[in-house]
Amino acid sequence: MTEQIIEKIEKIEKKHEKKETLRDSIVLKVYRANRLAGEPGRYDSVEVPVQRWTTVLDALLHAKAYKDPSIAIRYSCRMASCGSCGMKINGIPRLACYTKVSEMEGSTITIEPLANFPHLRDLVTDFSQFFLHHRNMQPYVQNEHADIKDREKLSEFVQKPEDLDRFLQFSYCIKCGLCYSACPTVATDTKFPGPQALSQAYRYFIDNRDSAGKGRTNIVDDKHGIWRCHFAGSCSSVCPKGVDPALGIQLLRGHLLGFSKNEKKIADLQERLNKN
Amino acid sequence: MLQWRENTEMEKMSDRNNREGIKGWLNPGRFGWERVAYWLQRLTGVGLLAYFVGHIYETSSLTQGPDAWTAMLELTQTPMGHLILLLVIGMSTYHSANGIRLIFTHGGKGLGKPGRPDYPYDAASLNYRQKSGIWIALILAAAAMLYGASVLFRGN
Ligand code: HEM
Ligand code: SF4
Ligand code: FES
Repeated sequence: MTEQIIEKIEKIEKKHEKKETLRDSIVLKVYRANRLAGEPGRYDSVEVPVQRWTTVLDALLHAKAYKDPSIAIRYSCRMASCGSCGMKINGIPRLACYTKVSEMEGSTITIEPLANFPHLRDLVTDFSQFFLHHRNMQPYVQNEHADIKDREKLSEFVQKPEDLDRFLQFSYCIKCGLCYSACPTVATDTKFPGPQALSQAYRYFIDNRDSAGKGRTNIVDDKHGIWRCHFAGSCSSVCPKGVDPALGIQLLRGHLLGFSKNEKKIADLQERLNKN
Repeated sequence: MLQWRENTEMEKMSDRNNREGIKGWLNPGRFGWERVAYWLQRLTGVGLLAYFVGHIYETSSLTQGPDAWTAMLELTQTPMGHLILLLVIGMSTYHSANGIRLIFTHGGKGLGKPGRPDYPYDAASLNYRQKSGIWIALILAAAAMLYGASVLFRGN
C-alpha cells in the first residue's frame, strides 16, 4: 500500500518536474498603479539577486526592502497556506510564495495583479465580491438535529473515512482566488459565483453531516449559476492546493441533472449512538 | 434566504473593473488542453450556427425554382466554396465528438473521484481520459477534413 502510494507520487512528481534555470539575478517587471488615485498603469523593472530557492514573493520582498519600498503587495504566511499572495506571474495566476524564480524561463518575470478582481494598487486586488460569492453558498454545516447552540452537552457526528473523502479535498481551499482569476466565465459574468464558491457548494452538499441538500442545489440552480460552467478546467489547472474545483462543480451538476443521486445517510450524533 | 442577494451588496460590487472579458477567452494555450478544447467548442459552435443560417438561406433558394438552386450550388463548387465546406466538416466533427465528451463530464462522469491530494497536486478532473477525448476529437476532425479534401478537390 505505502509502496504504491510512493510510486504514484513519484510518477506525478516526474510529470510535474520543472526545468530549473539557475541565475544570480532576475529582473522583475512589476505592474504599478494606484487605481483610487486614478493613476494609469505602468511597469517598473527591478533587478534583484536570487538563489536557487528564491520564490517570486522573496524576490518581491527583496525589491521592496532594498530597491523600492512603495511596491504594494499582499502576503502573510509565505507558505501557500493563507491565500493572500495570488498574482499573475508571467500571465498565469499563481501564488507568489509557491512559485520559485528558478522555475521561470527567460531573464524577466512579469508580475501583474490578478485578473477578474477589482484592482486597488500595484499587485493588490479587492476580494470582497469573491468572498461574497463564497458566503452566498452558506459555507457551514446545516443540520436541524444538531443545534449546538441550545444544547447543554456538546456532541459530535460520527463519520466514516469514506464519508470524509467525499469532501475533504474541497475543504483544502485557501480562498486564494487563483481559480476565480483563471475562469473564462468569471471573466465575463460578474454574477457567476466562480469555481471557488461552486466547489464549496458541493463540499457542503456532499458532507453527510449536512442536511440542506435541496436548499444548496437551489442556490446554484440559477441563470448565472452552475450552468455557466463550461468545464474549461483552468480553475483546476491553477489551483495550488489540489482542490480541483472543476471536479466539484461537475459532480454537483451531475446531481442537478439527475446523473447522480445523493443517497447519503445523514451522519448520526455520537450522543444519540451512545443512548442506543 | 436561499435567494441570490441581488440589489444588495452583490449589485453594488458588480464592478467590472479588471475583468478579463472576451479577451480572457483568447490565448487558451496558457491553461492547457482543456481550455483549448473549451475555446474550440465555442468557436466551432458559433461557426456551425453561422453555417446553419447560411445553409437555410442556401436551401431556401429552391423556392425560387430550379435555376436559382443550381446557381446557388455553383457557388459551392468554387475553391472558396470547397474550403468553407471543408471547414464545416472539421467544425462539425470536432464539435460533435467533443460535445459528447462534454455531455458526460457535465454530468460528473469520467472525471475520477475526490481523494486526498498529495503534493505535487494533480487534478483528477484533468485526467488522461479527458485529454484523450480531446485528442480523439481533434484527430477525428483532421481525418474527416483530409477525407473531405480528397473528395472535394479530386476533380480540380
Ligand atoms: C452531434 C451534434 C452536437 C453535439 C453533441 C453538441 C454538443 C454541444 C455541447 C455539449 C455544448 C455545450 C458546451 C459547453 O457547455 O461549453 C455545445 C455548445 C454549442 N453548440 Fe453544439 N452540439 C452539436 C451540434 C451543434 C450544431 C449543429 C450547432 C449549430 C447549429 C451547435 C452550436 C453550438 C453552440 C453555438 C454552442 C455554444 C458554445 C458554448 O457555449 O461554448 N452545436 N454543443
Ligand atoms: S479552489 Fe484552489 S485556486 Fe480556488 S480559491 Fe480555493 S485554493 Fe485557491
Ligand atoms: S503568502 Fe500565504 S499563500 Fe502566499
